[in-house]
Amino acid sequence: MSRKLFKFKGGVHPPEHKAESNVRPLHAAPLPGKLVIPLRQHIGNPAKPVVEVGERVLKGQMIGAADGYISAAVHASSSGIVTAIGPAAVPHISGLPDLCITLSTDGRDEWIAHAPLDYQAMAAADLRMKLRDMGIAGLGGAVFPSAVKLDPGAAHSCPTLIINGGECEPWITCDDMLMRSRAGDILQGVAVMRHLLGSTEILVGIEDNKPEAIAAMQAAAQSLDFAVDVVAVPATYPAGGAKQLIETLTGRQVPSGKLSTDIGIQVFNVGTAYALARAVHHGEPLISRLVTVTGHVLRPQNFEVLIGTPMHTLITLAGERDGSTGALMGGPMMGMPMPDLEVPVVKATNCILVKSNALFPPLPKALPCIRCTRCADVCPAALQPQELFRFAKTGDFGRAQEYHLFDCIECGCCSYVCPSHIPLVDFYRYAKSEIWAREKEKRAADLARERHEFREFRLVREKKEKAEKLAAKAQAARAQAALDQAKPAGLAAAAAPELAAAPSDADAKKALIAAALARAQAKKAGVVPKNTDHLPPGTQREIEEIEARRAKIRELARQPLESEEKKP
Amino acid sequence: MPSPFILDRSSVTQVMAWVLAALLPGVAAYVWLFGPAILVTLALATVTALAAEAAMLKARGYPARPFLTDLSAIVTAWLLALSLPALAPWWLIVTGTLFAIVVAKHLYGGLGQNIFNPAMVGYAVLIVSFPVQMTQWSGPLALTETSLTLAQSATVIFGGDAPKATLDAVTMATPLDALRTGLLQQLTVDEIMTQPIFGQFGGAGFEWLAAAFLLGGLLLWALRIISWQVPLAFLAGIWLAAGFLHFFDAGRFGAPWFHLFAPSVMLGAFFIATDPVSGATTPRGKLIFGFGAGLLTIIIRTWGGYPDGVAFAILLMNLSVPLIDQHTQPRVYGTSGRGKEPPA
Repeated sequence: MSRKLFKFKGGVHPPEHKAESNVRPLHAAPLPGKLVIPLRQHIGNPAKPVVEVGERVLKGQMIGAADGYISAAVHASSSGIVTAIGPAAVPHISGLPDLCITLSTDGRDEWIAHAPLDYQAMAAADLRMKLRDMGIAGLGGAVFPSAVKLDPGAAHSCPTLIINGGECEPWITCDDMLMRSRAGDILQGVAVMRHLLGSTEILVGIEDNKPEAIAAMQAAAQSLDFAVDVVAVPATYPAGGAKQLIETLTGRQVPSGKLSTDIGIQVFNVGTAYALARAVHHGEPLISRLVTVTGHVLRPQNFEVLIGTPMHTLITLAGERDGSTGALMGGPMMGMPMPDLEVPVVKATNCILVKSNALFPPLPKALPCIRCTRCADVCPAALQPQELFRFAKTGDFGRAQEYHLFDCIECGCCSYVCPSHIPLVDFYRYAKSEIWAREKEKRAADLARERHEFREFRLVREKKEKAEKLAAKAQAARAQAALDQAKPAGLAAAAAPELAAAPSDADAKKALIAAALARAQAKKAGVVPKNTDHLPPGTQREIEEIEARRAKIRELARQPLESEEKKP
Repeated sequence: MPSPFILDRSSVTQVMAWVLAALLPGVAAYVWLFGPAILVTLALATVTALAAEAAMLKARGYPARPFLTDLSAIVTAWLLALSLPALAPWWLIVTGTLFAIVVAKHLYGGLGQNIFNPAMVGYAVLIVSFPVQMTQWSGPLALTETSLTLAQSATVIFGGDAPKATLDAVTMATPLDALRTGLLQQLTVDEIMTQPIFGQFGGAGFEWLAAAFLLGGLLLWALRIISWQVPLAFLAGIWLAAGFLHFFDAGRFGAPWFHLFAPSVMLGAFFIATDPVSGATTPRGKLIFGFGAGLLTIIIRTWGGYPDGVAFAILLMNLSVPLIDQHTQPRVYGTSGRGKEPPA
């Protein structure tokens, strides 16, 4: 059991506050009158409701079906009547409502028919689909659908399976209590994981501040028919982060932008392993979990809680105290504040931490960064948080990405040690969301540009086609006009056939000039006799002289045209 | 308000307070070895710095309270005061402090924004503009015939009628000045070192002042207020550069121990080059920054126009910080270097 451990970079040691809640025994929380079950409790597509308002459902009955591969089903945590399907308050920092199914429980807690799965006899893909339909998702916090993680994919096996019992966040003890009381069940779940992943090495990492849990897990591991190495890892926040636990136990780092399975390692939380054991060996879908209720309450402790139970009922159970300043879901380092305490416990709810001004004094106002690099010293991702802060603050998101902003795991170590009290993680979240928004915008803009460019091309093409059409039409018209005009004048008649034969621009111009001349001549021919009627003989002579000069000029003017016409 | 919801008990004020506390052994040694004049200088610089800080905060529209209580102005004032001759006239102290706070700190954007160490900018302005007044160092009490009381020191500093003979009797050239002068007179280092101003391995008195600064510096390191990289690299730069020169021509170049135990080196290595705002931030960058400052100090002392080079060396390295930082980014988790992945 003396495994060589590796030290991950950075980390902090905030006060643990574990002893508040892990000294009281685990209790099952009583059945509440109302259960609110969100359809989006996991990463991926939200479940689709498969029940109707007014329908009676049984405990463990699927009420929301998984939608797609990366999704998980949700189930009725107890028997009762569906009273509403619609938006309701959910535990999210935004306070925005999400689609939930509300049940009015009937107190009978009547189970739907369920039976253990003969998992070894089942095809792996069928077993995974079954687990997806039983709503199994990661209970360590990310709530990623476990069926997806249990698929070794093209590699056909995942040599190393790590079970995460780190629980490095201060105040939280639900994994600790689970390991102490149900170590055997956890390892039964591990056996299923091992079966699906084909793992040959199984490691359980537990922080060394949980000696009882380590002892219980080691004892349970003795009775297995496969080897499980239960390893005590140094208690340093965030030793329970998946990437950090992998490094501590194996000395390997998950390549940036890749998954741990790319290096043949898969990590599951102990709670997930327990849920898997309940599903496989008892046929029970994921309808309850362990929740630590601690902080500013009279009796901090752990409860086994039905998913959908309103948080305030648990706070009441643990003994509400005056002077509370709200509650967090999760721990003080990465938890999120709850918009109100009516919100239900979901699969991700590992802890309800009630705040008070004494336990969590308001954070002091931030001062400018003095580049002391304490943040860099404690960053487990080995980032330069002071530089990322500068880039995020000045909106230099390109540089932020160059400096590996997306390798930040938002563990909060940097903010915790900052002597200027700068909420650094906030700046990183902001920068990340800005970059995502910009990428989305850029994609939209690219699409719009493509559309615009095509439109421009289309307009130009249409214009060209129209112009060509017009030109052809005009030419035809001109040729017709030239013909029509030339006939009465009897002068351009020789030119007309050639114009029709050679429809070039120069020819068209010539044709126009010729036609105009012809028109003028025709006009003159018609007018001259009229104007010279009944004139005195002197004037008549004058006119004749003028006419003669004009005729000469006309003759001269026509010559170049005629000479050209003669050429072809 | 998003996570995290807890903070370590640290603050800028706490950091600065520790820096001031770590300077106290040096101040005590200073008074013990050179007389109480430094206390007047420190007080005057402190008052000037706070007044200038308050005025600049008001002018820039910043709240006075959080920035005055962060103690950063007092740290600047003390570092400058400890770099000045203890019997420098009052206007020299005031001018240097004003320049440090007003120009070097606030005109660059205030706390956290200055690219140069403000105290060293103040010092550089004074040594360039008033080289004569910058030589009024009080000699070690062990070597002077008479000494000044606190009141007499204040009188001298504020330009009162201190008898010229008294002033001459208590001021003397620093060891670095003496070395420089001696070398200009074509004396060998060994000949120069026979003068009483030189002590066991540094200057008489000065070596113990340097030791006191070293003690304070080690305290800051033990408390992790400063990292080890900058001071160690700084001292290594001094030792290697001075040692290299001394090895080739011991007659013309001072011994490395002598250079190390000039008080400005210990003050510079542990208190000034470690200023986080104007220094390098990456671990390797800190090593380069410190080593470069040490190297430049010896180069300036040996071939430059001024007897000491710590201030200019640090200012030159301040200039190089963005370049150093950019090229010394550490390997990020899951990458084999900047932007690359490790071989799986």
